Amino acid sequence: MTERLLTQSKAIAEAIAQEMERDQDVFVMGEDIGAYGGIFGATEGLLQKFGPERIMDTPISETGFVGAGIGAAMEGMRPIVEIMFADFTGVVTDQLINHMAKIHYMSGGTVKIPMVVMLAMGGGYGDAAQHSQCLYGMFAHIPGIKIVVPSSPYDAKGLMIQAIRDDNPVMYFFHKGTQGLGWMTPNPRATGPVPEVPYTIPFGVADIKREGKDVTIVSLGLMLQRSLDAAEKLAAEGIEAEVIDLRTVVPLDKKTIIQSVQKTHRLLIVDEDYKSFGLSGELSAIVAEEALEYLDTPVKRLAVPDVPIPYSRPMEQFIQPSLETIVANARGLAAA
Amino acid sequence: MALSKEVLLDLYRTMSKIRAVEDRLGVVYYEGKLPAFDIAAGVIPGEMHLYTGQEAVATGVCAHLRKDDWVSGTHRSHGHIIAKGVDLKKMMAEIFGRKTGLCHGYGGHMHLFDPDLHFGCGGIVAAGIPQAVGGALAMKKHNEDRVAVAFLGEGAANAGAFHESMNLAAVWKLPLVAVIEDNLYAISVPKTISTSVESNVKRGVAYGIPAVQVDGQDVIAVYEAAQEAVARARRGEGPSLIEAACYRFRGHFEGDAEGYLSKGEKESWKEKDPIVILGEKMKAKGWLTDAEAESIQVEMTGLVAEAETFARESPFPAPEEALENVFA
Ligand SMILES: Cc1ncc(C[n+]2csc(CCOP(=O)(O)OP(=O)(O)O)c2C)c(N)n1
Ligand SMILES: [Mg+2]
Repeated sequence: MTERLLTQSKAIAEAIAQEMERDQDVFVMGEDIGAYGGIFGATEGLLQKFGPERIMDTPISETGFVGAGIGAAMEGMRPIVEIMFADFTGVVTDQLINHMAKIHYMSGGTVKIPMVVMLAMGGGYGDAAQHSQCLYGMFAHIPGIKIVVPSSPYDAKGLMIQAIRDDNPVMYFFHKGTQGLGWMTPNPRATGPVPEVPYTIPFGVADIKREGKDVTIVSLGLMLQRSLDAAEKLAAEGIEAEVIDLRTVVPLDKKTIIQSVQKTHRLLIVDEDYKSFGLSGELSAIVAEEALEYLDTPVKRLAVPDVPIPYSRPMEQFIQPSLETIVANARGLAAA
Repeated sequence: MALSKEVLLDLYRTMSKIRAVEDRLGVVYYEGKLPAFDIAAGVIPGEMHLYTGQEAVATGVCAHLRKDDWVSGTHRSHGHIIAKGVDLKKMMAEIFGRKTGLCHGYGGHMHLFDPDLHFGCGGIVAAGIPQAVGGALAMKKHNEDRVAVAFLGEGAANAGAFHESMNLAAVWKLPLVAVIEDNLYAISVPKTISTSVESNVKRGVAYGIPAVQVDGQDVIAVYEAAQEAVARARRGEGPSLIEAACYRFRGHFEGDAEGYLSKGEKESWKEKDPIVILGEKMKAKGWLTDAEAESIQVEMTGLVAEAETFARESPFPAPEEALENVFA
């Protein structure tokens, strides 16, 4: 049987469509998710299939429609709410961190919020400070929100179906550059085999995307793909990098990371979020707490150096982990 | 009220300047991005929201503003900042990501700041409105006769920030003018399915704010409405709202396939080109000849070309400059 290839955006749209067919309580709300198909294609074709009652284009009222998602979820529905850019969570942080994340806990476990918030994240294409952030680290900091970041079409579909079926709030961050959109920089890793049947990928299970013995690279999203590119270059130099795709930040698969570090004794973290007080620091702390004795050399972090995303290309390229910096740092660790 | 030839000529020239900039950007933006459109590539990366077609709104409003008056723009703000009197070279250099730009390459097309003009804009819809309220609050506290203008789209009028701002401006009786550019769409979402009232004038009235609707393709109508609103604010009589019915002649952003438009819709709006409309009126009075119109266009195209050359010849910021300016 020949494998069917899909872009990540089409894999996500297919996952949503299959769940909508299975469960009448699944519906989608967001800006430009109807006729436009989502600015980043995640709802393409859904309006035609399901109509405007279940594929609801909203006004620019994030506080309103995210809050409405929470309320509908409390009534047992399974809303998928798109916030067009992760940056726009700024408008609706109260609903996300004080309500969506906490109602289950505050209610002593009596109320469930089975909703998915879907967000486009990431930069590298000149959209500057208010349209390029990742921000998953900030939301991962808030107890009560599961955080998904896919990096392949296959994972994107399975993780989305899992997210929809989960009884908890899930923030599903996809990178714009991994969607396989015709108007973004061409990315061969954004297209891949995706089975037609529905399937799930459990949360909290990282995926070793490439095995190696010399250095562990932990990443997610577009940076994971870039790390795989780097691993190919490193292999040509005789360095075998093990590349771990977290796939979910919350819950976090500590075990896979620690086991890999026990094997390679070296850890490089590649993260497109801000460096301080976030994911890369958390991962470093976990390894320091639970596997310090296995490290042959200090952990290395590549992340945005605590500056907003600048517009001008030379500055933006400077602050994002690049193929070159990943290769150089992995090489440095392997030699240490 | 009959406007003088000088006023009309000024309006005509400003609209022509905005159009010349946007027409040129509509070409340059694609340089290096084709044949397969790549948003990250080319001389101007990132999104590009052009103001073409809406020139009458920014022009008619800003004609009443002084240099020290405040303007909050939007993601589609080239027209606003040009009408406010920006140095085209600095604006163009910013859009090209150069060190000589208004914001030294940190901001880009959506984030233009010019403190000399008390101008700012940004990429988060509706966020500029409460900031204009704050500008107006500062003016009132300082007992100044300055005015703050917030431009926003009809889409932004559905954001909580708009509603909170209207109430604040009214309850604090601030010198604020909110200008809603109703171009019927927020990206692909039509006003008909996003907005509970036919006209946002009703919302202004609900907050106790004098509000009027004007034909936003007619710069004279905008000018007259803004004259009253700005004068009211300067007199310390509180905020006003203007809703200008207009249309964008290009996609939401460049590269927009515009599948959401109905057939012939854009073509019929293009017949209401604000520059042509004013030009015809002036010609009827004998205040503009075809030759003069032509020479204004040539002049504006020349100004834009100069600004573009300045931008292209300017250096990029050094990569490490990204680490500066996080804190004052
Ligand atoms: C808070 C927020 N939500 C969504 C967006 C994405 N977005 C950018 S422009 C836009 C439409 C704005 O419509 P309108 O206010 O009518 O202005 P127009 O584009 O028509 O000039 C949207 C939804 C955003 N930038 N910020
Ligand atoms: Mg609009």
